[in-house]
Amino acid sequence: MSAQAVPTPSSYEHLLDVHDLVMEFPVKGGGIFRKVIGKVQAVSGVTMYLDAGETLGVVGESGCGKSTTGRAILQLHKPTSGSVTLRGKELTTMSNEDLRGVRRNLQIVFQDPYASLNPKMPVNDIIGEALKIHGLWEKDGLDRVGDLLKLVGLSPEHGNRYPHEFSGGQRQRIGIARALALEPEVLILDEPVSALDVSVQAGVVNLLEDLQDTLGLAYFFIAHDLSVIRHISDRIAVMYLGKVVETGTRDAVYNEPKHPYTVALLSAAPEADPNSERSRQRIMLTGDVPSPLNPPSGCRFRTRCWKAQDICAAEEPPPIDHGGGHLVACHFPVTDISKETASAALHAARGFSSGDPREGRQEALRRVESVESALDIAKGPVGGGGG
Amino acid sequence: MTVPPTTPPDDVPGGSVYGPAAEEATELFQIYEPPDGAELAAARGKSISSVGSVEVLKVEDLTVGFPTEDGLVRAVRGVSYSLHEREVLGIVGESGSGKSVSSMAVMGLLPKGARITGDISFRGTNILSMSKQEQRSLRGRKIAMIFQDPMTAMNPVYTVGFQLAEAVLSHEVMSKKAAMARAEEMLNLVGIPQPKERLNSYPHEFSGGMRQRAMIAMAVINNPDVIIADEPTTALDVTVQAQILEKLIEVKDAFNAAIVLITHDLGVVAGMAHRTLVMYAGRPVELGKTEDVFYSPRMPYTAGLLGSIPSAGETGRLRPITGAPPSLINLPDGCPFSPRCPLATDICRTVEPELAPTDAPDHLGACHHWDRLAAAPDPTAFFRTESEARR
Repeated sequence: MSAQAVPTPSSYEHLLDVHDLVMEFPVKGGGIFRKVIGKVQAVSGVTMYLDAGETLGVVGESGCGKSTTGRAILQLHKPTSGSVTLRGKELTTMSNEDLRGVRRNLQIVFQDPYASLNPKMPVNDIIGEALKIHGLWEKDGLDRVGDLLKLVGLSPEHGNRYPHEFSGGQRQRIGIARALALEPEVLILDEPVSALDVSVQAGVVNLLEDLQDTLGLAYFFIAHDLSVIRHISDRIAVMYLGKVVETGTRDAVYNEPKHPYTVALLSAAPEADPNSERSRQRIMLTGDVPSPLNPPSGCRFRTRCWKAQDICAAEEPPPIDHGGGHLVACHFPVTDISKETASAALHAARGFSSGDPREGRQEALRRVESVESALDIAKGPVGGGGG
Repeated sequence: MTVPPTTPPDDVPGGSVYGPAAEEATELFQIYEPPDGAELAAARGKSISSVGSVEVLKVEDLTVGFPTEDGLVRAVRGVSYSLHEREVLGIVGESGSGKSVSSMAVMGLLPKGARITGDISFRGTNILSMSKQEQRSLRGRKIAMIFQDPMTAMNPVYTVGFQLAEAVLSHEVMSKKAAMARAEEMLNLVGIPQPKERLNSYPHEFSGGMRQRAMIAMAVINNPDVIIADEPTTALDVTVQAQILEKLIEVKDAFNAAIVLITHDLGVVAGMAHRTLVMYAGRPVELGKTEDVFYSPRMPYTAGLLGSIPSAGETGRLRPITGAPPSLINLPDGCPFSPRCPLATDICRTVEPELAPTDAPDHLGACHHWDRLAAAPDPTAFFRTESEARR
């Protein structure tokens, strides 16, 4: 990687810096003129950074904008506003010609290893194409491709085969080899192991870790699997509905989550341990993620949050540093997780009056209140009980 | 037909420390749980072990083959299990292990070309020897199915209410109005707000989680004895998955149904299943109480699967299983796992081990060397040494 010429050693703080990135997609109506009738706010003001040689894990549920952020960094989608800088160079205003040069340094591995490899090309061509496009193909090009295949744990003889002759895990390795062909510094990994079986997934995760150690790569690792993210990341950004709600080091986010969404997300993820699974207290969120066409005002999580107050609807919470770069965007950050479980359950119960149709909502509320007094946590509205 | 109460009284943690009011409320809202871990575990342990003694479903030596141009694909090669009332049996395995195909055989949903042998009996009657007519009356009424993708499992051009009512009307003589009322009741039961209005919605108007709730409602609308849930939460996000699994257990208890839970997610099985069946290359390789299978695996494949999952405490290298599953057309001699197995010896490459009792009579394993796993302090360590040696 060191062979790469660094054009401008100008001052920059982070290798990759994303500032206030906004990505909106227009929704067009029918009719002749296809008038824009709304916009999907996929990413709304995301700020994050990536340093050389580290892994930033970006986690969130489907539709939270994590993949869109990854693609907007690569300028595969032109961001609506905001800035993306790599080594201090602004990418959003760059011409396509210049971008091509930048992409030598910034590559992507896609989620689906079946759709991301051209079925009509043998593996040698798939990997060699990147070199040819960038004018790096020389006489020993095939040897270079063979080296790359070896690097990802395949044998160079496989180069003449077509993608369909490989298993899912092997295909993903080919995708990684293609991304590495140009010796990039940053890899955007968009759910690289989600489509793979667990036993195969572990092998690819190990490969990615080895490559990082030997080549000094920085990973922008997008995934929804919390255990994989925990395993591979140095820092973590949790996204919800187009916003980053919490960022921090891995240990800070997993051991002391502060945003109610992070707390709920971690408590919902199942673990392969029967005893802890059966005894753990889960925070059950109510409802679904709201539509990004019309996101809630203020804090976007407030519609599902058990701690929500009036201020959450009126003001968007700014990210506040809780020490060591642990940024949390919440008006009422969580301090005591075990207390939250009870208060979240009560909140869910309040909004949920079904079960027995004859049971009126009033009756449900009466019962909830009697639990509150029995628990002696009802100091004021239950939402603030734990905070 | 009467619907049992939504909340079965025996699921309530008894003798709440918070007095009668709290006890009353726990009965109403199962989501609330007292913070005392030990008491909670005891209460949950009680509810999870309440399995009946009556056998509702028995599968014996089931094999399924699909003839293709390249030869016979032996998708399932001798699966046997029994399912008792109110039991949750988890079937885990990777793609192509035959877990879905074996349950499709139980439902009678396999294509015509499939070659099925063996016995599948529901409450003592063999399903495979039944007429199409009889099979149809069983399917959807006594044995119901929840599919992975609710968007494709529902018909997009009919309302959810119509499809739910259709499920009732195809098995019972009833007025349309009564069937709709029943559909509304079911939607309410699975926690869909404003069920009356929602009856007139189309599947695309529901979110993923709500659609899966509607699928559960459709599955239980005829009060089935067995629910086959094929990857019911794989398409859902974690927070929604937690809601759906909770609802599934609640509904199962309300209807006294048993569940066959098919998944590749070991975490889901760990939390829900009484017993776990692990499949590999079309065969069951381990069957036992969930705790036994997870804490003391007796088949290297299970140990390998458990070692492949990144766990909370460890940050070291993962221990993947090397290689890939064998082709179902051209299986290796002996144990199908032997090419990938760190414990394999000559006998493994010649004789395929039978699923047989290991150290406990109810813990079955198909491995010649299960005693070596039993003797090891950490069964997953076999894979560690191997993968580290390769580095």
